[in-house]
Amino acid sequence: MTPELMKEIYYYMALSRAVDDRMWILNRQGKAPVVYSSNGHEAAQVGSAFALRRGEDWIAPYYRDLALVLAWGMTPREVMLHVLARAADPNSGGRQMPAHWGMRRLHILSGGSVVATQNAHATGIALASKMLKDGRVAVAYFGEGSTSQGEFHEALNFAAVWKLPVVFFNENNGYAISVPQRKQMAVVDVAAKAAGYGIPGVIVDGNDPVKVWEVTRAAAERARRGEGPTLIEAKTYRFVPHSSDDDDRAYRSREEVMEWKKRDPLVTFEQRLEAEGILSAEEKAAMAKQIRDLVNDATDYAEKAALPDPATLERYVYAE
Amino acid sequence: MAVMTYLEAIRAGLRQEMQRDPRIVIWGEDVGVRGGVFRVTEGLQQEFGEDRVIDSPLAEGAIVGVAIGAAINGLRPIPEIQFGDFIFPAMNQIVEEAARMRYRSNNDFHVPLVIRAPIGGGIHGALYHSQSVEAFFAHVPGLKVVVPGTPYDAKGLLAAAIADEDPVLFFEHKAAYRSLRGEVPEERYLIPIGKADVKREGQDLSIITYSLMVSYALRAAEALAQEGISVEVLDLRTVRPLDRQAILETAKKTGKVLIVHEDNKTGGIGAEVSAILAEEVLFYLDAPIRRLCGPDVPAMPYSPPLEHAFMITPEKIAQAARELARF
Repeated sequence: MTPELMKEIYYYMALSRAVDDRMWILNRQGKAPVVYSSNGHEAAQVGSAFALRRGEDWIAPYYRDLALVLAWGMTPREVMLHVLARAADPNSGGRQMPAHWGMRRLHILSGGSVVATQNAHATGIALASKMLKDGRVAVAYFGEGSTSQGEFHEALNFAAVWKLPVVFFNENNGYAISVPQRKQMAVVDVAAKAAGYGIPGVIVDGNDPVKVWEVTRAAAERARRGEGPTLIEAKTYRFVPHSSDDDDRAYRSREEVMEWKKRDPLVTFEQRLEAEGILSAEEKAAMAKQIRDLVNDATDYAEKAALPDPATLERYVYAE
Repeated sequence: MAVMTYLEAIRAGLRQEMQRDPRIVIWGEDVGVRGGVFRVTEGLQQEFGEDRVIDSPLAEGAIVGVAIGAAINGLRPIPEIQFGDFIFPAMNQIVEEAARMRYRSNNDFHVPLVIRAPIGGGIHGALYHSQSVEAFFAHVPGLKVVVPGTPYDAKGLLAAAIADEDPVLFFEHKAAYRSLRGEVPEERYLIPIGKADVKREGQDLSIITYSLMVSYALRAAEALAQEGISVEVLDLRTVRPLDRQAILETAKKTGKVLIVHEDNKTGGIGAEVSAILAEEVLFYLDAPIRRLCGPDVPAMPYSPPLEHAFMITPEKIAQAARELARF
């Protein structure tokens, strides 16, 4: 990986963390009724995004994927319009809860709240790509809790049988809201499930964006070669509650959280870039200022933006 | 004009659409090599290849979920659910995903998708091969639900469903597949979704119905004509959206309405049609609205006397209409 790419990945990880922190402030101010965070998952999301053809390949994200959609091309303004449910929210026009991403122009598939459905959608997108020979790869993102769903199994099986150009990217943070992985499945690694479909299952340190980039690139290349899907398990951790309505003290010890915090991907990657002389103090400061300005601009812009007109409630049930 | 069975009309429609649009792809259980358990897709894989007529894994959730993704990325999928009874594993994908994709994305995404499935009983299908499932989906904004009752309508509505930019459930009555015959044009034609059709003009009362019961109602109307009772038969053809205007017009014309469907009574299409009539034309009516429907039991039993007791017949329709005419 080139130093320039490493810096770009670092930039999007830092941008996401800053947008994320601002969302929580807006929630505590009573301006955003609920927020969902990608705090802790940034390396997995940004590292994988940069291994793909951003905006050309398809991603089917889930609610944890703020850093992913920012890296994919959604702007902080667009994110804030979504968080504050404004009419100009390009994800849903203020119709969906925050973190329900979707922008056709960027090939970000609209998502619902019932988990694992997007695995089937990504499989279908890949089926179309294979038929239409458009050279695109589809990537479904999902938590480890989603792997209990029937549609996880159905999608992986379908995609494996037809050797479709799709990558299943699991962000395993060990908890489905409050339920730990040991109560979710009887295997240690989500990746082990790949064997049941006859596809590769790859485990990667989800807090190392370079390693994530490498395995995602390999999976995408394999998909593009027509060799079929790969299941990637990026082991990571979320540093905040499931949502702004959750209190994770009920199910996780502070010691456990602090132990993972030592491996905060933003901090460790920053230290690495500094140690390797890739990111100078001046560059870091300039980036921080750029991010601060962008987040302030996005917040102001979205706060001033119009709310949806109630007269639009019944629009777009069908084609108009 | 060629005379075809209901099944042949659907197959001819699928073939014609696939010939004109290479984006159309069919998949489902047994649809390829075997041509479907009812043979609706027979010959299509030979003609269009294994890439366009796909024997999929046995998983309804994926059959529909994959179709949603494929539709979004440029195909026009026509997944088949082998029996309407098997559609419930796909309920999540149909209701939560396909139906609301356009709404939830504020018109950024849409899902042009036709889900075909056979419904209805009278063929010894028992509890899991006989159900009428249309009312579940007729409740859902974002879906269209088509229930043709003749070979001609089946082909024209199928073409319209495939041309539609939103998800359409196309429910074929399995007892109609080989029992109904009619003239079907070879050239392509579209019957607009949401338009009911007066299948027989009459003066004394209206039967409002759809799917297989259209032909049964016509037989009942013919019998009653011998007795001097003039029956109008309105075929809804689509149960979402309902053709409100046609429903109101026939009710105002005859003043008496008998609603007939094989699906069970409570919460069925008849309940919605009744509510529309009560809201809009109550004072035009000369008799209480009457519904003749399948009984409120979980589904149709297997043993012949039980199945027969469940099924609506032309005789049962004639008897209900006779009573209503006398009111």
